Amino acid sequence: MKRPALMKKGAEANLYLADWHGRKAVLKKRLPKEYRPRMLDEQIRSYRTIHEPQLMHEAKKAGVPTPIIFLIDHKSTTIIMEYIEGKQVKQILNEVTKSQRQNLCFRIGELIGRLHEYGIVHGDLTTSNLILRSDGKIFFLDFGLGDKTKELEARGVDLHLMKRALQSTHYKFADECFESAINGYSTVLSPRTSENVLEKIKEIEKRGRYVSERKERE
Amino acid sequence: MTNKRTKEHYCLGIESSADDFSVGISTFNGKILANVIDAYVPMEGGIHPREAARHHAEVASKVLGGAFKESGVKPQNLSVIAFSQGPGLGPCLRTGATVARALASYLKIPLVGVNHCVAHIEIGKLATGTKNPLTLYVSGGNTIVAAFDAGRYRIFGETLDIALGNCLDVFAREAGLHQKPGLPFGAVVEKLAQGGKQLIKLPYTVKGMDVSLSGLLTAAVAFSRKAGCRLEDLCYSLQETAFSMVTEVTERALAHTGRDEVLLTGGVAANKRLQNMIASVAREHDARFDVVPTRFAIDNGAMVAWTGVLAYTHGTVTAIEKSQVRLRWRLEEVEIPWMQ
Repeated sequence: MKRPALMKKGAEANLYLADWHGRKAVLKKRLPKEYRPRMLDEQIRSYRTIHEPQLMHEAKKAGVPTPIIFLIDHKSTTIIMEYIEGKQVKQILNEVTKSQRQNLCFRIGELIGRLHEYGIVHGDLTTSNLILRSDGKIFFLDFGLGDKTKELEARGVDLHLMKRALQSTHYKFADECFESAINGYSTVLSPRTSENVLEKIKEIEKRGRYVSERKERE
Repeated sequence: MTNKRTKEHYCLGIESSADDFSVGISTFNGKILANVIDAYVPMEGGIHPREAARHHAEVASKVLGGAFKESGVKPQNLSVIAFSQGPGLGPCLRTGATVARALASYLKIPLVGVNHCVAHIEIGKLATGTKNPLTLYVSGGNTIVAAFDAGRYRIFGETLDIALGNCLDVFAREAGLHQKPGLPFGAVVEKLAQGGKQLIKLPYTVKGMDVSLSGLLTAAVAFSRKAGCRLEDLCYSLQETAFSMVTEVTERALAHTGRDEVLLTGGVAANKRLQNMIASVAREHDARFDVVPTRFAIDNGAMVAWTGVLAYTHGTVTAIEKSQVRLRWRLEEVEIPWMQ
């Protein structure tokens, strides 16, 4: 294997561009964080290193594209996976036309619906964790904060986080994007389940600090 | 309105959103001339909004007088009155707002309603000289990771339930600890935590760039009632777990936004352990780290005065009939014209 080159210094892991038996690969290494106690740090890194590829594998079964896992080494908290040729949805959203944007978000919503239907929540649904491959397939990355659950609460939080990420990064069309995503989501889950999830999102928002939904009471 | 003798302009700011009543005076150039704080310390339990408001009304004239004395500025030399319009506790905010309206009407000078969260960020920037930081704002009422973008402070991460300061306060109270004027619950927990040796496993809940602290609080309180659990270890574990969570989301936001400055502000910013943790991630991402000085970390009038200067000099005036307090005024709703 060639010496990997640092591709991206993320918050919890460094991503290196690597070669895996002739295939372009990404080496994801979760580095120790000196700010937290060693025991806590090791628990978190080791758990996420094992947990993430498991969820990526499960996601494929749900019909959601994720990179192929080549190697997991929990001792060095390293994962080697397929490199996806494409662009981050984060970049694309600002470049495309309104109808393309709505279509893309609708499809993302459908894929989230498949994950949830299958019993997976992603845990970090930001547009930088979604890659649009050149052939049009949307890949989901970064399952480190995900979970295997069908709980309404977890599903609601998952979508609430996505809404928040859209609001902070794509504030110009956050509402429109979220609406399209929900439309896509509702085509996968039963109307009753989708309705319950939407209700849950509202409830979660009301729990937060200083949210407009609560203003009605003032 | 100009002070004809010195040509200097002054803004007086009133802060009363929670347990502190404070008056600060700032020049239009950002020189803080006065910052008098009077804290309401409940005999037992948390902040009762009505009791805190009564405290504010009782100390208002003393604190105002103190600020004029400290600054040497006379009421007739003031150019503008600023007040914390929200978010916060209704009765407390209303007391400060009433004082502000009365002063502005009597002196016939403009009134400016200031967002409390914006004020915490702006005083941090003023005191540390940072220009466009990623800010972690942690206090009794707020836990927010924000950065300026396109006219507003955008919230990248926040708590899904209770605030970090609230988590520490409630734990301390439930564990039977006591606070004193000058030694709030946060400081009591910090001191005990220094004697901690063993890390007790507590729930660690990071969701995207958000944190959830209510489960951690419940677990920590449950441990405090168990026999054979050292309070020092528990304070240590609570701090380490809670601070690791907010530090992780701060790092996520830092990697996401690519900023080169990190600012720690709000009441919990006074905690040395938290400062070290945030400094560590700033270093890791080649960003400069700054923390607001303690006198400007807790709720204070100076931050309101300075933010009042920024808002007023950029065309913001709040008409008396539009000066009702805004209990749930979100940081993201405020236009920040002075950053463009």
